Order: sequence, then structure tokens, then C-alpha cells
Amino acid sequence: MRPLPTDRGTCPFDPPAGMADEPLSRVRLANGDDVWLVARHDLVRQVLGDTRFSSEIDGGFRDVPLHAVRPEPGMFIQMDPPEHTRLRRLLAGRFTVQRMHRLRPRIEQIVAERLDALERAPRPADLVAEFALPIPSLVICELLGVPYAERAEFQRAGAHLMSLTGSLEELEQSLMSLGGYLTELIARKRAEPGDGLLDDLLDSGLSDEELIGIAVLLLIAGHETTGNMLALGTLLLLQHPAQLALVRQSPETAKTAVDELLRYLSIVDVGMYRRASTDLELDGQVIREDEFVTCSLAAANRDPALLERPDELDVTRPKAPHVAFGFGPHQCIGQNLARLEMEIAYPALFRRLPGLRLAVPLEKVPFKNDMAIYGVHRLEVEW
Amino acid sequence: MVITVDRERCASSGQCALAAPEVFTQDEEDGRVVLLDENATGPEVRRAITGCPTQAIRST
Ligand code: SF4
Repeated sequence: MRPLPTDRGTCPFDPPAGMADEPLSRVRLANGDDVWLVARHDLVRQVLGDTRFSSEIDGGFRDVPLHAVRPEPGMFIQMDPPEHTRLRRLLAGRFTVQRMHRLRPRIEQIVAERLDALERAPRPADLVAEFALPIPSLVICELLGVPYAERAEFQRAGAHLMSLTGSLEELEQSLMSLGGYLTELIARKRAEPGDGLLDDLLDSGLSDEELIGIAVLLLIAGHETTGNMLALGTLLLLQHPAQLALVRQSPETAKTAVDELLRYLSIVDVGMYRRASTDLELDGQVIREDEFVTCSLAAANRDPALLERPDELDVTRPKAPHVAFGFGPHQCIGQNLARLEMEIAYPALFRRLPGLRLAVPLEKVPFKNDMAIYGVHRLEVEW
Repeated sequence: MVITVDRERCASSGQCALAAPEVFTQDEEDGRVVLLDENATGPEVRRAITGCPTQAIRST
């Protein structure tokens, strides 16, 4: 059986070579599990839109076999309806398009502060550490209601959790310490509620375990993903100066650019697994009960059936119905927040530092080839 | 042409409100779709229909 493709070959911005070779095929994961790989846009939508392809498994994280992990309380990403629906609806009101609109001034302020810090940093500066990661991290703190004085500590715990190069034990340890902090934070909030998302949820009938699970999930989902998009998207635009100029000049283009970058880079590719809850048919093929399925969002987003010239970056094209945020009832709950952060951060960066350039050759940039979420470990820049 | 929305299917993704803010908005409590104009037409409405991740929007 062929292994799941992971080699990006000649271009670090393209999906792994061979990912889209077959629309539906069997592949072997690094952990030894054999799964179905779905790599066509319509089929990906079909799988992710059908809850009979159950989400009740863990993400096949690292080397852990898919069936070995039980969903943790509050981790609604690993749940099916009706539990999933119940938790998601409790949170979704905090992520509406209208709410995001009201968050805009705060995000603009956070971005401006990070740009100040970037300008003060010794050069060459690491765009990941100074800009790309702190922005989503501070925004999540704002959203969850983490007190100002504790944000540095929270960020450190989060950053540690995200550096997935450590062992599984290390990972479990950092999860434990973050869980410990959150337990204590929630206890303090119960005594003296504030106005964050966690405060709002105190009276919604959730257990502390569920609240912690939700906080950890939002932290992970909202932190690493947006951080990687900010850094990798900037790097890609630096390779396309004419497109970068368009993003700098026009707020309208900055908007369309966000979805085009999301589509083109698809930094979350095959990380989400599903399990057939019964025998199911997909593209004329029977998927047996309990078989696992994964979708290549990257392949789906470069499908010629989705849009013309799929391998061309065009920041002016209208938003395509891409699946970079997934599809179906689990589609990313924070997507409009992520969009807003990017829509503000890219043009602000290019305007503040018009001479922004890479300080090392592209071949020297450390890409995250070994990780569930694609991006760069560091991005040394000059201006 | 009349637009209908299925609030049971809706996953509160906000894709419709993003694509056609004059036609769709989201409930402030649970984020579910609220239809503002059932007679609206045009490319934005079509984009909202194809972009909805749960096929909760129909035009009949
Ligand atoms: S796009 Fe669909 S799922 Fe999302 S809010 Fe609108 S109706 Fe609901």
C-alpha cells in the first residue's frame, strides 16, 4: 500500500506530490493505520457534509493509532450530533460575522502593537515570533477573557503546546499545565465573572472539564492555524511582489486575498479523520463500517472542477467555495475571526514595512514538513 | 424565486452572512442563520447557497 504523500517536492507552497493522483484510494499513515484518502473537491464535500462519517475519534495525532484515543470532554471537534450541535450552538454566537465586526478595532490595535514590537526587534527579525504567532494568541486571550497580566504566561503555555517536536509525554505535560492554569482561571471567574467567552459560558450548564476542553480547543485551533497562515502567506506574497502590491494598495483585494491564500496554501491538509459509522458508498466504492477516511483539503482546493487555473495564485479572484476551513457541520467555527485577523494583518505589515524582504534564501527557510499544520518554524526578515 | 433556510441544519458558520449580508445575518445567541429577505436574488445569493457547508439554504 502506498504511504500517505508528504513530500512537497519542488515547490514548498504546493500540496505534497501525488496527493491528487487518485480521487479515492487507500493509503498507509505513519502510525501504521490504513485509511481511505479522498482527494477530489466534490467527494471531500460529500464526506465532510455527511455525519455518518463520524468525527468521534481523535485526530490521528502524531503516532497514535486512530482508534486508541477517546474524545475528551468539551472537545466538540471530535463529537457527532446531537452533542456536537449542543456545544457548537453555545459558542457560535461569539463568532458571528457581526461580532467579528465589533472586534475589528481591538484586532487593529493588537496588530499595530505587534508592528511596533517588530520594528524594535533586532534585525533580521523572526516574523513568526514577533508578529505571526503573538497576534492570534493575543486575540484568543481577548476572546476567552484571559486577564492582561497573565497573557504572557498563557502565550508561553500555548506556544509550548504548539511546538509539536517534543515527545508525546512532553505534549501531555504541557497540556496538563495549561489545564491546571485554566482550572484555576475558571475558579477565579466563578468568583468574579468578567466579559470573556469563558465568563459567558459559566452558567450554561457545562462542567469545568467541558469548559477547559473548549478553551484548549479554541486555543489550539485559533492560534497555530492563523499564526501559520500569517507567516506562510507573507512568505508566499514575498515571492509574488505584484500580488503583494495589490494587497497593500486595496482593502478590497486584501479581503479576496485572504480566501485565495487560504485556498492556495491549505495549511490544514489531511489532519481531520472520519470513521464510517456504517457501510457507506462513496464514488461507487463501499466504505466499510469502522474504516477510517481522511480528506486532502489541499488537493480539493486545487481541483480544476472548483475553479479555473487552480495552481495559479490570484489574489483578486472572487472567493471560491474552498474547503480550507473544512466543510459540513464541523466547518471551522472561528473562520470569520481568522479571516479578519489576516485581512487586517497582511496589509498593515506591508504598509508599515514597504521594504519587507526575506533575510535568507528561500531554501534556508525551515518549513514545517513534519507537522499536522503546515507553515514555517521561523521567518527571518529584513526591511 | 423564494429563499428558505433550514435552521436545524445550519451550523452557524456565517458563510451566508459574509457572502450576502443584506440577505442573511446570524442570530446573536447561537449564530444560526436569520433570513432578512426571502425574495432576494443575484450572484451573492447564489454564492451563499453554494458556500453553505450544510446545504441549509435553498431557493425554490
Ligand atoms: S452558511 Fe449555512 S451553515 Fe453557515 S450560517 Fe449560513 S445557513 Fe448556517
